[in-house]
Amino acid sequence: MSFLEIVHVHKRFGTTIAVEDFTLAVEQGEFISFLGPSGCGKTTTLRMVAGFEKPTSGQIVIDGVDVTNMPPNRRNIGMVFQSYALFPNMTVADNIGFGLRIARRPAHEIRVRVEELLRIIHMPEFGRRYPYQLSGGQQQRVALARALAIQPKLLLLDEPLSALDAKIRASLRQEIRDIQRQLGITTIYVTHDQEEAMALSDRIVVMSRGKIEQIGTLFEVYNFPATRFVASFVGTLNQIEATVVDAAIGLLAVEGQQFRIARPLPQHRSGDRVNIAIRPELIALDGQFNSAMNRLSGTVEDVTFLGSIVRVRLRLAANRLSMDIFNNPHLRLPQPGETITVHFAPEACLAPGDDTPREASNAQPLSASAAEAA
Amino acid sequence: MLKRFWPWFWFLVGATYFLVPLYATLDFSLRARRGELSFAAYTSVLNDIRFIESFMFSLQTALATIVVSAIVIVPTAYWVQLRLPRLRPVIEFFTLLPFVVPAVVLVFSLARTYSRTPLTDSREGLWVLLVGSYVILSFPYMYRAVDTGLRSINIHDLTEAAQSLGAGWFTILTRVIFPNIYVALLSGAFITFAIVMGEFTIAALLAQPAFGPYMNRLASSKVYEPSALAIISFALTWAAIAAIQWFGQGAQARVAGPR
Ligand SMILES: Nc1ncnc2c1ncn2[C@@H]1O[C@H](COP(=O)(O)OP(=O)(O)O)[C@@H](O)[C@H]1O
Ligand SMILES: [Mg+2]
Repeated sequence: MSFLEIVHVHKRFGTTIAVEDFTLAVEQGEFISFLGPSGCGKTTTLRMVAGFEKPTSGQIVIDGVDVTNMPPNRRNIGMVFQSYALFPNMTVADNIGFGLRIARRPAHEIRVRVEELLRIIHMPEFGRRYPYQLSGGQQQRVALARALAIQPKLLLLDEPLSALDAKIRASLRQEIRDIQRQLGITTIYVTHDQEEAMALSDRIVVMSRGKIEQIGTLFEVYNFPATRFVASFVGTLNQIEATVVDAAIGLLAVEGQQFRIARPLPQHRSGDRVNIAIRPELIALDGQFNSAMNRLSGTVEDVTFLGSIVRVRLRLAANRLSMDIFNNPHLRLPQPGETITVHFAPEACLAPGDDTPREASNAQPLSASAAEAA
Repeated sequence: MLKRFWPWFWFLVGATYFLVPLYATLDFSLRARRGELSFAAYTSVLNDIRFIESFMFSLQTALATIVVSAIVIVPTAYWVQLRLPRLRPVIEFFTLLPFVVPAVVLVFSLARTYSRTPLTDSREGLWVLLVGSYVILSFPYMYRAVDTGLRSINIHDLTEAAQSLGAGWFTILTRVIFPNIYVALLSGAFITFAIVMGEFTIAALLAQPAFGPYMNRLASSKVYEPSALAIISFALTWAAIAAIQWFGQGAQARVAGPR
């Protein structure tokens, strides 16, 4: 049995279904992110784990104890909010020691623990300040220390960096990860920012409209997206509108140029229009080594230099195709207006019908054989 | 220049409206002896034991009213904002009832409802009834003040933060909510204090030795003393408010900064 088990949890608010059949097992010490667009049920799920909402049905088990109906103040869970939620009437030290005072720990123990936490968050001199005397980033670090002071079983963070500016966001993100590793605390992190989820997590739970789309490591979710939603939400994705030429062998055409995908399209007929998705980094300028590669020609619209990577945008009829190539000072970069040919593998294409959620383990590299199985 | 003129003009109009009667009262109160300015009226008032007694009685009543009102209003307004936001207009309407129901009606309905209970057949019982009536009178001011105070802090997240740290409802109210709305609560308390100190109708009908009825009695029997009394009570009331403010200063300094 895992440390945290969320089993078939549903949550309805009146007629709104906020969370549907959510099942997740988290191991001790794991860092899990809930990733998805706004309104997809991340916060609601987190609040059910914390005890602020009761599931309509389903079960939540922490460390072998069924907490589904346990009030939040008995669960021993640390919570960090987007709004920091520091107690304005208390000093930093009193904020951090609040949970220990509630637990009636001896005063000297509280003092020692507060000092230890102030060191962990690199704010040893700030114990006597009040929250309004701190910057946003400092307030959130204090909130983190306050949540950790009670040595909680779980640490839950709900978009903790959303109210901060970009620079602090990146450094605090790293600090959260370091502290989490150092203490080995089981953590759930809610965010709508894929970059954050990628930088922090052992595993990512991608959610959409109240449902889990995929659970997996960053590598799995990025390279083997279980659904088209995952593919488009995690990383960037090119969409090409193509015409079916021969559905049985997965032959398609865009602007008269033919290309193949790795599987047939049994639900389509010749002449149908379908949307094909391809990751930017799976498109290459030089594919001459492999005759099985697809070739498409288009007009260069735009070249963006991003340091180690150069992003090139092509125009192909009504489609825009974005591709990433590694920077190389000896390489001649394509120029806007030029016509160039790009290469990509049939397996790099994600075709329609790949929308059924599946475990990452049986997903294929960006091509998915769900329709075949169906 | 003209922009500066009008605000000052209206300020002076307001100040005149307030200060001229005050000055006139002061001036009159000093003319108890013909042809000279003296404190004779003041001496007379301060030497009257009933003045001290009634003032102290009303002072205690006002403080009791503020405490009871805060104990009733703070948890109510908190719960309504946290869990029953749709009930807010209804609660607000109820707190406004003292503006609609005349004090006479209020006190008679209370007396009738509680007649033949310990509340009406003893001195202490009547005092409880008096405080109860004043608590009702304080609702419009106290509720509004507390409601505004609660809105200036994020009670949702603060409550949940405290809960996740193990706090129960009593702890949340006393250690998190109350200290953070203390300043807002004080503004409601000032008005309540001023109202209770001068209240006449209810105190008189319940035959309580309060300051309001005493002032009234004095006004119908003496000439210069009521004016002296008005000035004294004005000064004492302000002193009492300053004292409450002074007690609240610690809390104020902490919560006053930007958030
Ligand atoms: N207390 C509530 N009452 C009614 N609907 C709610 C409540 N909380 C959340 N919802 C609804 O549930 C859905 C999921 O919300 P939420 O979990 O906050 O999403 P996220 O955190 O992913 O942005 C949304 O459609 C939201 O409107
Ligand atoms: Mg949310």
